[in-house]
Amino acid sequence: MAHFDTTTNAGQLLAAASGGRRRRGDRIFSNAAVIAAVTILALLVGVAVFLVTEGFPAITASASELPGGESFLSYVAPLAFGTVMAGVLAMIIAVPLAIAVALFITHIAPPRIALTLGYLVDLLAAIPSIIYGLWGIFVLGPAAVPVMKWLEEKLGFLPIFEGPASITGRTMLVVGLVLAVMILPIVSAVAREVFSQTPRKLQEGAQALGATRWEMIRTTVLPFGKSSVISGAMLGLGRALGETMAVAIILSVSGGVTFNLISQSNPSTIAANVALNFPESSGLAINLLIATGLVLFAITLATNFIARMIIARSEVQ
Amino acid sequence: MSSSRWLAVFAAACVLVLGLAACGGGGSSSSETSSKESSESEGAGAPSSEASGEIAGAGSTAQEAAQKAWIAEFENANGGATISYDGVGSGGGREKFISGGVAYAGSDTPLSESEGELGKAIKRCEPGELLEVPDYISPIAIVYNLPGVEELKLEPETLAKIFNQEIENWNDPEIAKENPGVELPETRIVPVNRSDESGTTENFTDYLSKVAPKVWTHEVSGDWPVKGGEAASGTSGVIEAVTAGEGAIGYADASQAGELGKAMIKVGNSWAEPSAEAAAKVLDLSKEDPELEKGQKNVIAFEIDRKTEASGVYPIILVSSLIGCTKYNSASEAALVKGFFEYAISPEGQALAEEQAGSAPLSASLTKKVEAAVGAIE
Repeated sequence: MAHFDTTTNAGQLLAAASGGRRRRGDRIFSNAAVIAAVTILALLVGVAVFLVTEGFPAITASASELPGGESFLSYVAPLAFGTVMAGVLAMIIAVPLAIAVALFITHIAPPRIALTLGYLVDLLAAIPSIIYGLWGIFVLGPAAVPVMKWLEEKLGFLPIFEGPASITGRTMLVVGLVLAVMILPIVSAVAREVFSQTPRKLQEGAQALGATRWEMIRTTVLPFGKSSVISGAMLGLGRALGETMAVAIILSVSGGVTFNLISQSNPSTIAANVALNFPESSGLAINLLIATGLVLFAITLATNFIARMIIARSEVQ
Repeated sequence: MSSSRWLAVFAAACVLVLGLAACGGGGSSSSETSSKESSESEGAGAPSSEASGEIAGAGSTAQEAAQKAWIAEFENANGGATISYDGVGSGGGREKFISGGVAYAGSDTPLSESEGELGKAIKRCEPGELLEVPDYISPIAIVYNLPGVEELKLEPETLAKIFNQEIENWNDPEIAKENPGVELPETRIVPVNRSDESGTTENFTDYLSKVAPKVWTHEVSGDWPVKGGEAASGTSGVIEAVTAGEGAIGYADASQAGELGKAMIKVGNSWAEPSAEAAAKVLDLSKEDPELEKGQKNVIAFEIDRKTEASGVYPIILVSSLIGCTKYNSASEAALVKGFFEYAISPEGQALAEEQAGSAPLSASLTKKVEAAVGAIE
């Protein structure tokens, strides 16, 4: 609330400065802003209400009533696991890459190359997810087959590369890579923006003290951008968690909970599972799918909440 | 902004939501009529009776290609008629039909009592009667990717074991036994199944449970029951996965199999290949299922004779049906549904579906039965 209070105070000061009465423009602006806020809130509440009311019959139904004869929790658990796993995998790949790209663009590349590269990275965000999905099964998947075979042979002792390696390349690893490419532009755009705003004084000060370029980046640019990069990463994670078409097309979903990234049997994600099963569902099966949507909603809410906490804590320090 | 102000904002949001929800409840049965088909050829063989008005159908994606072709031809022959078909999936189609959202539905599985749909559909059609007739038969091919193996013969039991992941290598003696002279490589078998719920899966698992009950103990369902296999979405996804993976085997609509090898399946004492004729014959050998028909005169639902031993028959088929009523709110709507159904099941309509979608035309004797049922629309 402290945040809002300062802005209101500033507004009051401004109003006071302009003769103590609010002008018409101010009124219109303030009303429009309130309406926008209410609409967003209404949409959010509306979605939540819809998910709860429509999902409720499935959550309360007994295992024998539900299609598949599993209880709701045992149905949704592998899906939630798969969702988080795909999202986290994408983050592990995309966030360091995005930070590196952003640093390159803001601090290393000559201006002309930086401009072009920035433009190209932004372009990645404009590609529809179905195209990424098709690219995944036709290009990246088959190309990843020999790599995954190699991983199985050399690193098979790790549970994540246990294998047997998929022969078609439609694995969690490939999905993670595709999702990473999809969220890269979001994360790197945010990182780029904040890195370029690092105060010159700090950077020059660091260099004046004899810091190398890397030391300057480490001591000024990265700490300065930390909280924004985290929120950018969370934006990306949100997209990765909710991504539907690319996952539905690429992933071979036929397993329960497994950490194995390169086999043909992978847990599905919540969003992909809804997309795959909704068309042929009726009755309680639809309620069940909507109930899993509620779980996804909760997961997304939780990640955002955690991100806010991390940001708040890093701002205090 | 003070906290009481935010409370007011939140309250306003809630009011807005409730208002929207109330509005949403009101208009339930809106039918979409937007499909404008481009008509390529002259209405050769299309019915001559003029029908007009607008109707909407929804359902099975398997018969979507056939539906589009029928609609184009039908609209071509009947200038005033507009029909739309929304391929939302069989389950969605049945649900929309029961709720009155659409005039007719296409479904890969007959209405059944298991989810109370049959009773609800009968009620929906009152004071008329329910109508359900097969209109689309399609052979499901067992496609495989094994370079060098041109011809593959599989016994039903072997097929079930492969898809149940009990036989894991192509040079397994059980496969070799049926394929003398064929050099089977030592390659891991990767069974590919549909990751989305589908009528193809339901028909295939129904086949496996009938012909190999000892091996295939899973419940028949549109959801693939065996975990751990390669899964792909949609027919095109399965074809793509089998094409990409050496050693893969899958099941898919025969018309989509393309260059992939199609396994021959043992039926009785002979080996059957998927073909339109062999598929259509199955229904001639099948009995109607009284449980699915529930005494309704105009419901023709088969218990497909998967275990047939007759020669020249290919029992792994998908049968999709048209679902409608004998009476509609207006006579013109009924006339339009009747005209369209008549065209779809006519030899011309069936030939068009064969050409456009690779389906198997209804046999002459079945056509007669189906025509009588459709004739009951008033």
